[in-house]
Amino acid sequence: MAKITLDNLAHSYLPNPTREDDYALKELNHDWADGEAYALLGSSGCGKSTLLNIISGLLHPSQGRILFNDRDVTMEPTTQRNIAQVFQFPVVYDTMTVRDNLAFPLRNRGADPAYIKDRVQQIAQMIGMEEMLNRKARGLTADAKQKISLGRGMVREDVNALLFDEPLTVIDPHMKWELRTQLKSLHHEFGHTMIYVTHDQTEALTFADKVVVMYDGRVVQIGTPQQLFETPEHTFVGYFIGSPGMNVLDAQVTGDQAVVAGTQISLGKGFGTPKGKVEIGVRPEFTALAAGDVGLPVTIKRVEDVGRHKIVRADFHGTEINVIAAEGEGISPDMNRIVFDTAGVNVYSDSWRVAPMGA
Amino acid sequence: MNKTVNQKAWFLILPVLVLVAFSAVIPLMTVVNYSVQDTFGNNQFFWAGLEWFKELMSSERMWDALGRQIAFSAIILFIQIPLGVFVALNMPKKGFWASVCLILMSLPLLIPWNVVGTIWQIFGRVDIGLLGYTLDAMGVDYNYTQNFYAAWITVVVMDVWHWTSLVALLAYAGLQSIPDAYYQAAKIDQASRWKVFRFIELPKIMGVLMIAILLRFMDSFMIYTEPFVVTGGGPGNSTTFLSIDLVKMALGQFDLGPAAAFSIMYYLVILLISYVFYTVMTNLDKRDGH
Repeated sequence: MAKITLDNLAHSYLPNPTREDDYALKELNHDWADGEAYALLGSSGCGKSTLLNIISGLLHPSQGRILFNDRDVTMEPTTQRNIAQVFQFPVVYDTMTVRDNLAFPLRNRGADPAYIKDRVQQIAQMIGMEEMLNRKARGLTADAKQKISLGRGMVREDVNALLFDEPLTVIDPHMKWELRTQLKSLHHEFGHTMIYVTHDQTEALTFADKVVVMYDGRVVQIGTPQQLFETPEHTFVGYFIGSPGMNVLDAQVTGDQAVVAGTQISLGKGFGTPKGKVEIGVRPEFTALAAGDVGLPVTIKRVEDVGRHKIVRADFHGTEINVIAAEGEGISPDMNRIVFDTAGVNVYSDSWRVAPMGA
Repeated sequence: MNKTVNQKAWFLILPVLVLVAFSAVIPLMTVVNYSVQDTFGNNQFFWAGLEWFKELMSSERMWDALGRQIAFSAIILFIQIPLGVFVALNMPKKGFWASVCLILMSLPLLIPWNVVGTIWQIFGRVDIGLLGYTLDAMGVDYNYTQNFYAAWITVVVMDVWHWTSLVALLAYAGLQSIPDAYYQAAKIDQASRWKVFRFIELPKIMGVLMIAILLRFMDSFMIYTEPFVVTGGGPGNSTTFLSIDLVKMALGQFDLGPAAAFSIMYYLVILLISYVFYTVMTNLDKRDGH
């Protein structure tokens, strides 16, 4: 178990990167605290897997250093880093039995046979494959194979970190939930540093203590699920997390007042005079429909009832605004205004959040 | 539901029947016909029954040729398969040098059999051949026209030179299809180079390797041109393989009857061994399913 420090780290797949766009992973400084469970969240191609492969040593970064417990391992090969990693698609050794597959990482490190036997049994129980231990791994279903991969990742107790690269993609939804719960309890039990790459927000938010959101090769926010929800630091975090994502509207902001397409609304807090491209972001949860002449004038396009609540899709001068309304709430035709709960309004300048004054 | 009966449909398979008849059935039946008759020329044939087959079974000449043939196929398989896999493992995976290697590897495969024979025939000559002259100058007694071992070594090395590329290319294609994640997982699991080969690479190329073994077996079992050009089957009969012997018998001595019986035996041996290969391969596939 170890604290992992990324110092000035960046990576480009090009031999001579010059512009910032050449970098798949832009400059990054971060400490992964010992024993925490992190989720690395972002859309495809945002650099998540690159970052993971740099940590495990499968890739060497173009610049910067990686430290495990303050020891520089940047140039150390994977085998010396003592890391476990589970990949997106199942990797099993076809000709071996399930038992040999699970024992493989321990045997390669010369562990005691009696210990291996116990440990393999324990892991098999955890992934629910005790009955299949003596079967050959070839010919098993994809999710059984992926469970073996997960088991092989968890079989070593002394690893510096456990890395998961979208490991549950091929697993069916019911099993997904169960395995995720097991991973979580495993984390509680052994306190490994875990980094879990995913593009699925539910997976990230349920698994991790802290979620690292990446966008276009850059880490845009690191925070608890609650922070990501309440104060997205970047409009991408707003869009990406939440269902539906945050409403983002162009605005002119002066002090505690904003003008959105000619309509003035109060923000409840002072923001000074932010520069650049100014937007306000409000999650649908903090948006409500109203009748009368207060708020933004909208036209309701449609109402989707998802069971727990209703999602109202409204049109505001060509921009879609989503509203979450309670299941029992009546929606009448004269509701043509939208009002925001000021607690949930964030102001963005060039996509980055502007902190309110005095906060 | 009633099936439509339309006897005219038979006409649709007529072209195939004609083609197969002329390419396989008629020649084979001619051979069968020859094998039970004797002739003294002038297109006069006499019924001989199974006489030629009986003679063949007790023919030392045939058993010797068969023994040499099996020995030859076994030797070249034992050399070419491991060597081909070894070469494939050490070829660059991508980039400029991968293309260069692929072109170099495919060159021997493009050379016609008789040219390969001629190349090695001259290459091995003591008076003008680079190999023969060099060995002679080093004091090695090398003369493939007189020495049994020199003749065998020359024929085997020639075949290895000509055909190892095929095994290497097939194995290379098999290796290229292994996803990177397998190698990465092996690194994470701290697997040694040998274990990576044993548990990842070998199982993944087993399928193409079986095809390579089958192809190389059949080709080597039918080898004719190259040893014929280089040694002519000599010295003595030491490199007279089945096909060389057969041609000698059929066209050299014009013993059509015994040669036909010989051909049928040859055909049955190849059929038998291919059947064994086929069974083993399909069983490997079945094992995949469980």
